[in-house]
Amino acid sequence: MTTVAPRKRAYGKGSLTVATWIIAILFVFPLLWMILTAFKQEADAYTDPPKLFFTPTFEQLGNVLSGGFLPYLSNSAFVTIISTALVLLFGVPAAYALSLAPVKGTSNALGFFLSTKMLPIVAAIIPLYVISQNTELLDTVWALVILYTSMNLPLAIWMMRSFFLEVPHEMIEAGRIDGANLPTLLRKIIMPVVAPGIAATALICVIFSWTEFFYAVNLTAARAGTVPVFLVGFITSEGLYWAQLSAAALLASLPVMIVGWIAQNHLVRGLSMGAVK
Amino acid sequence: MSTLSVSTPTSTSQAKVEEKRGLSTAAKRRLPLLPALIFVIAVTQLPFLLTVFYSFQSWNLVRPGSRHFVGLDNYIDVFSDTTFLVALLNTVLLTVVCVLVALLLGLGLAILLDRKFLGRGVVRTLLITPFLILPAAGALLWKTTVFDPTYGLLHFVFGTDTDWLSEFPLASVMAQIVWQWTPFMMLLILAGLQSQAKDVLEAANVDGAGRWRTFVFITLPHLSRFLQLATLLGAIYIVNSFDAIFLMTQGGPGTASTNLPYYIYQRAFEGFDVGQASAMGVIVVILTMIVATFALRLMFRTFSVSGGIK
Amino acid sequence: MRKLLILFAATSLLVTGCAGAGSIGTGSSTLVIAIVANPQMKDAIALAPEFEKATGIGLKFVSLPENQARAKITASTATEGGEFDVVMISNYEAPQWAANGWLENLEPHMAATPGYDEGDFIPSIKQSLSYRNQMYAVPFYGESSFLAYRKDLFDKAGLTMPARPTWPQIADFAAKLDDKAAGVAGICLRGKPGWGESLAPFTTVANTFGAQWFDKDWNAKLTSPEFAQAANFYVNLIREHGEVGASSAGFSECGTRYTQGNAAMWYDATVMAGTNEDPASSKIVGKSGYAPAPVVKTQASGWLYTWALGIPKVAKDKDAAWKFMAWMTDKAYVQKVGHTYGWNRVPPGVRQSTYAIPEYADAAKAYAKPTLDGIADANQQKAMASPVPYPGIQFVGIPEFQDLGTRVSQQLSAAIAGRESVEDALKQSQDYAQTVGDSYKAVQ
Repeated sequence: MTTVAPRKRAYGKGSLTVATWIIAILFVFPLLWMILTAFKQEADAYTDPPKLFFTPTFEQLGNVLSGGFLPYLSNSAFVTIISTALVLLFGVPAAYALSLAPVKGTSNALGFFLSTKMLPIVAAIIPLYVISQNTELLDTVWALVILYTSMNLPLAIWMMRSFFLEVPHEMIEAGRIDGANLPTLLRKIIMPVVAPGIAATALICVIFSWTEFFYAVNLTAARAGTVPVFLVGFITSEGLYWAQLSAAALLASLPVMIVGWIAQNHLVRGLSMGAVK
Repeated sequence: MSTLSVSTPTSTSQAKVEEKRGLSTAAKRRLPLLPALIFVIAVTQLPFLLTVFYSFQSWNLVRPGSRHFVGLDNYIDVFSDTTFLVALLNTVLLTVVCVLVALLLGLGLAILLDRKFLGRGVVRTLLITPFLILPAAGALLWKTTVFDPTYGLLHFVFGTDTDWLSEFPLASVMAQIVWQWTPFMMLLILAGLQSQAKDVLEAANVDGAGRWRTFVFITLPHLSRFLQLATLLGAIYIVNSFDAIFLMTQGGPGTASTNLPYYIYQRAFEGFDVGQASAMGVIVVILTMIVATFALRLMFRTFSVSGGIK
Repeated sequence: MRKLLILFAATSLLVTGCAGAGSIGTGSSTLVIAIVANPQMKDAIALAPEFEKATGIGLKFVSLPENQARAKITASTATEGGEFDVVMISNYEAPQWAANGWLENLEPHMAATPGYDEGDFIPSIKQSLSYRNQMYAVPFYGESSFLAYRKDLFDKAGLTMPARPTWPQIADFAAKLDDKAAGVAGICLRGKPGWGESLAPFTTVANTFGAQWFDKDWNAKLTSPEFAQAANFYVNLIREHGEVGASSAGFSECGTRYTQGNAAMWYDATVMAGTNEDPASSKIVGKSGYAPAPVVKTQASGWLYTWALGIPKVAKDKDAAWKFMAWMTDKAYVQKVGHTYGWNRVPPGVRQSTYAIPEYADAAKAYAKPTLDGIADANQQKAMASPVPYPGIQFVGIPEFQDLGTRVSQQLSAAIAGRESVEDALKQSQDYAQTVGDSYKAVQ
């Protein structure tokens, strides 16, 4: 290793970088193609061979925006934000209880939470439909808020628990000895350590809520439809509209794409459940 | 379904400690847990009880007045339904293959990204994006622009008229799912790689261990916990795959790409056979619980659940 | 971290503000309409603000592709979910649902609407949406099936389309016109699973071969020699001279191929003509001829289908719902579409008066008459060789057919994809069908 001449080594790295770039671009090529297609006319969207150069147009994006996209967007945002807030409201105390103040049955509770994630969501869709109908929640944003909260809560508790476990025990003990009560302890000692982890957890809840499809398609109609439901409306039975579909797919994904890009580091932290510090 | 009890030696000892402290403290300590617990039980377990109840009935939504109690008939029908078995096998195949392939690709990409190079941030941003777009959008995108036999990108690349979605339905669906989940795996593994103590790696380097040996004997063991986590989380989501099948192949041709979630959906929302769909749901839940027990044990070992305060 | 929190807080504020207005407090004067996302319906959605302005009634559309729309509308109506004030259904659902008491009888509403003129509806379409001679849904567009063919390709190959072609003749033409090198398939036929997809054309082919789903006594007949002959014919024709990707090609996929010049013939719904002749979507405007649905043993073989609007019994504001339906299906609407979007985009096959409009007659001269003839001939007496115990031509008019048809269609597409032999596909299908048949035998 040490015998490798510096020049040769630099060259090797350069080609690896080029290879990495090529692989990355190939990997996301379908996505780049979608973005390109979103700016095409329909006639340019399905050609053989596929067209790389064309006169770009904002017509498709305009059509999507004027085609009633905004109510879906606001529903999605509402459901995502409220359910994420609820996840934190329920999840933070639970994660605290399961990490810093564990009692008998901790592992059972953790096991229970995770096991609910493994349930096939289709298994309960009919009862959920009937229940939401009887409680007049069918086609309301609240049905989705409730379901997304319970969908994300288990994973969130697991994640946040691992962040709480990072709080050094000695710090808490030291605080106790200084006579700090629980709220003070939380505010002064625990929160600063776990806050980034909580933000990361929230981000992941946001992503999963925004992209959820199954509940949204089956439990909403006109009033509470979210962005994925809007997207499905663009598949028509009679006629393919690739450009319009791509435009809709792009707009539907954009908010979460941007949030995810900005908060990449949080994403890593959240997913690795605090194993990265 | 219900609580899975996975007890570990430490958790019992901890419990003993607790008993000494007295009940009231324990109850007080449990309090913050309750809202979440009650909420999740209410939202996930109650509907499931109804599913169990429906599964003993013959109930077709579009034939009013047909609803009556039939005991175990639905279960007998499900077990003699060959399509159910096909769907079960497809589910297993899809989950195992997708998780493994996504994991390997993710590992490869993570290794490529685990070094400094020009535009690293941009490449990482590009690579995570498939995980951030709507799965529904991803599925539609692949169905149209990638797999279309006449206007698709694969047609352009290979120059053949292969109809991917009907000749290789399950593989096509898997390709899409792998594409969607590889970034997730990559991010997790990258996190693992970056958390390696640099001095250990350097020490290995100084000791003259080759790159490969360093990778196998130092990096991989370090990564194992991340790989396990990635596998478990990936499997939880991929086993429930619905969007890709629903939007790309509708389970076809025939039942070639039907998995359990999609088949149950079909029985419920195309057949409107509430009884049979519910019975399938119950069976799937039972199967899942069996698999999950093992998965949970793994997770518990990995994340030292009973460790409490470290 | 802080950046993320600020972002989160800012969007929360923004969004809760919007959502409050958009999603939660919807007033009672807003109708929710579930609709199938076909081009003609999209035109209606685009024109809807005119209705809102004129009446003060707000409209919200749920527009989904056919399969999803059907699943949703059926679930909602059957459980009396009440999410929708107006639903789009077909002549498959309308009579069944009317019998179940799920739909509002529209006769009183029509009688109370001067100038609506329900007598103007094409009789067979009107009949197909009626239960005990009362209409329970009003048609938006109606269709039969026919064969589009490229006159230029026929001329080049020295072929002539007979006035009433038979399926063996069509298979022969398809073999001659099939040009793999030029990327032109001999014929495009649906292979995509779904009872409303591949089974519609296939069942008409089966009918004219003398096959039937069930005999008079509800015995499933899917393994009868006629059915096997029809299935082999259909599957082989597609496999040998059909389009690429046939097992996932439905109406829209065939439409794309035909209008892009990648197929010489296309047997499908008569509404296709509007798209074929629309310069915005088609590269082959004016090059098509239209022949009646090919036959074998029967006089005619076209199907009868209509997308129509109905009001679920549980809908709250039925008068407002009717006002909207009347707007979308009356004569003025036809004029509006013709003048706004062009006459090829007018919803066809519903009102006789549409065919008397000079502009429409001119724009649709290639296909207006074949469409009307197809619809007029679409009845069981002309399209079937022997009597059956169920209503419907391209479908079996019983509630179980959605499920049965979808399962059989999956077998059919597996055969088209070459994953299974036609015999195996039919044997499996016969089992499915017999289970359903038995439940009706028991009733008799």
